[in-house]
Amino acid sequence: MIDERTTHDKPLLCVENLKVYFQSNGERAHAVDGISFEVREKETVCIVGESGCGKTVSALSILGLIPTPPGEIVDGQIIFSGQNLIKLDEKSMQKIRGNHISMVFQEPLTSLNPVLTIGDQIGEAVYTHKQIEPEALFQYCVQLLNDVGIPSPKQRLSDYPHQLSGGQRQRVMIAMALACDPDLIIADEPTTALDVTVQAQILALLRSIQKKRSMSVLYISHDLGVVSAIANRIYVMYAGIMVEQGNTDQIFRSARHPYTQGLLASLPSLSKRGKRLHSIPGSVPNPAYKPTGCPFHPRCSHAILSCREEFPEMCDYSEGHQARCPILFKSKGYKESSPPQRAGKDSKGQVIRHKTGG
Amino acid sequence: MESKNKNNHPILRVKGLKKYFPIHRGFLQKIDGWVKAVDSVSFDIEQGKTMGLVGESGCGKTTVARLILKLLESDAGKIIFQGHDISRFSEKEMKPYRKKIQIIFQDPFGSLNPRMTIGQSIEEGIRILGHKHESTRKQRLGELLKMAGMSPEIEDRYPHEFSGGQRQRIGIARALSVEPSLIVCDEPVSALDVSIQAQIINLLKDLQDQLGLSYLFISHDLNVVGYICDTISVMYNGHIVEFAPSEDIFNHPHHPYTISLLSAIPDPDPDKTWHVKLSNGRVGDSDVFSEGCKYQDRCSIVETACRKDTMVFEKVGENHFVRCWKAAKNT
Repeated sequence: MIDERTTHDKPLLCVENLKVYFQSNGERAHAVDGISFEVREKETVCIVGESGCGKTVSALSILGLIPTPPGEIVDGQIIFSGQNLIKLDEKSMQKIRGNHISMVFQEPLTSLNPVLTIGDQIGEAVYTHKQIEPEALFQYCVQLLNDVGIPSPKQRLSDYPHQLSGGQRQRVMIAMALACDPDLIIADEPTTALDVTVQAQILALLRSIQKKRSMSVLYISHDLGVVSAIANRIYVMYAGIMVEQGNTDQIFRSARHPYTQGLLASLPSLSKRGKRLHSIPGSVPNPAYKPTGCPFHPRCSHAILSCREEFPEMCDYSEGHQARCPILFKSKGYKESSPPQRAGKDSKGQVIRHKTGG
Repeated sequence: MESKNKNNHPILRVKGLKKYFPIHRGFLQKIDGWVKAVDSVSFDIEQGKTMGLVGESGCGKTTVARLILKLLESDAGKIIFQGHDISRFSEKEMKPYRKKIQIIFQDPFGSLNPRMTIGQSIEEGIRILGHKHESTRKQRLGELLKMAGMSPEIEDRYPHEFSGGQRQRIGIARALSVEPSLIVCDEPVSALDVSIQAQIINLLKDLQDQLGLSYLFISHDLNVVGYICDTISVMYNGHIVEFAPSEDIFNHPHHPYTISLLSAIPDPDPDKTWHVKLSNGRVGDSDVFSEGCKYQDRCSIVETACRKDTMVFEKVGENHFVRCWKAAKNT
């Protein structure tokens, strides 16, 4: 399956230096603190990170769904097919939401309306954006449910969400997201609440739909296993910033940031039996009281004094592979693990400011 | 599933455990049918070892845990703990055994009293053990917190002041306060982040080495189970369908359900391609079958005989049992 993945170059969504802060009880939480990433056409991009790292907030800000107040997009831009979504008013945003960008949420039961039938809810997504006759709408909804693999779709249209299983509800959510043939689907942990076998079904479904309709998918997850199975490119987030980015191979084979390395090493598996699991000490910092300098330094085994003071720059390792850890980048010991083309040179001048996502 | 190793005595032996829940229908709440949540479940847990119980949601894992803890009365079967059948014990007879079997829950916040300080919560257990003097209690409290990897100074703080991983440590300290020999871990790391998950798994392992604890480890995460457990029971629809040492379950699974379950785990190893052997339907669909194998509607190798015959455990290897005659025949 990995082989089928190819890279595509045209950027569809480009987020630059996005900052989203939340104000609560007089504290200012820097939930998203200057992240940049891009999603190209027909590509699956994953944002991985632990809870509270700001991945959901990033997704919600793309759709303009950040509750304001307490939230506020302080800085940055979100360019989607040439438009800056942050500057758009609510009315133009509504034309984009569901129509060009749609979202699949983690918890299908709370995202579906319990008092409306499945048919009503999918239908609503369609006729909000399209002029369509009732009969054609019905046929279209049946077709959608069929596409997402729900058996006897005609009968299911008159069912209520509680009558469906978790996996089926998630399929309905995907059908709704597909309703207007969007260019980009944002999936926020769509399989977290599901069993592994159902998760595998949903992932296979997402992948086949993406191929058939040639859409882009922005997939948000904390599960590295899932991410490895579907991603073209991966962004690793920690405490509101991107700490590493690269394609799936680069991240899983040669992770460069101590956090990514730690995450991968701390995954339990049968082959690690008898050995002590690597664990990252401490816990994710509170977004209102982030450490100065590199936010990961209190948990990092490579940290030196300067990590406490200087905010780390993105360092280029290879084509498309960047990590925000100048210390490891400079250290000599790091060369041994099949490195960046430029590692032999002096570090000065190699540490470049990361500008766009690519 | 008798243990092969005679000198290693099982601390817990479950035999033919059953729990049926009635389905009520209509105005008079007449009993219309039964949900066979746990149906003839048998397994052994050896002293100082960890047995994993895996399966999808709704397969009866948690019901098994509740039956063992006697939070639910079983309908049939035996629960032999340290040589005593506790399944029919009264509340009073159960009392000395309660502290021997403890549980760690999935949601550490929901299982700690929000109005009691951490110290008060843990001290409850110490008091039950009969430590009368406050000074000895405090000393023990400090020891417990240290064992769980927390600093003793936190005893005056409340549960909401802690992160998920810290709360789980407190939950563990609390379970240890009564000096148990068996701990039922019901999805203890599912709610935690990957980096914290590893800390808690290491802690559980360390405590097992230090105190000789036995664990019944319930989880849907097969990677975690494979790492921590010595033996694994795979549960499907109230039945255990396969039982074997962890290596055998992962390397030589026999039951079609185990095979499908294992194939569904996305592997973060980039050298492996992910081939999912999907089965249709979901857990619970087959409650309608009164006869034959519970897995018949989802099974890829189903035959006519599977729809009639009751499946029995067949031995397919050293301490490896499978509830599928076809899988057993193919070995």
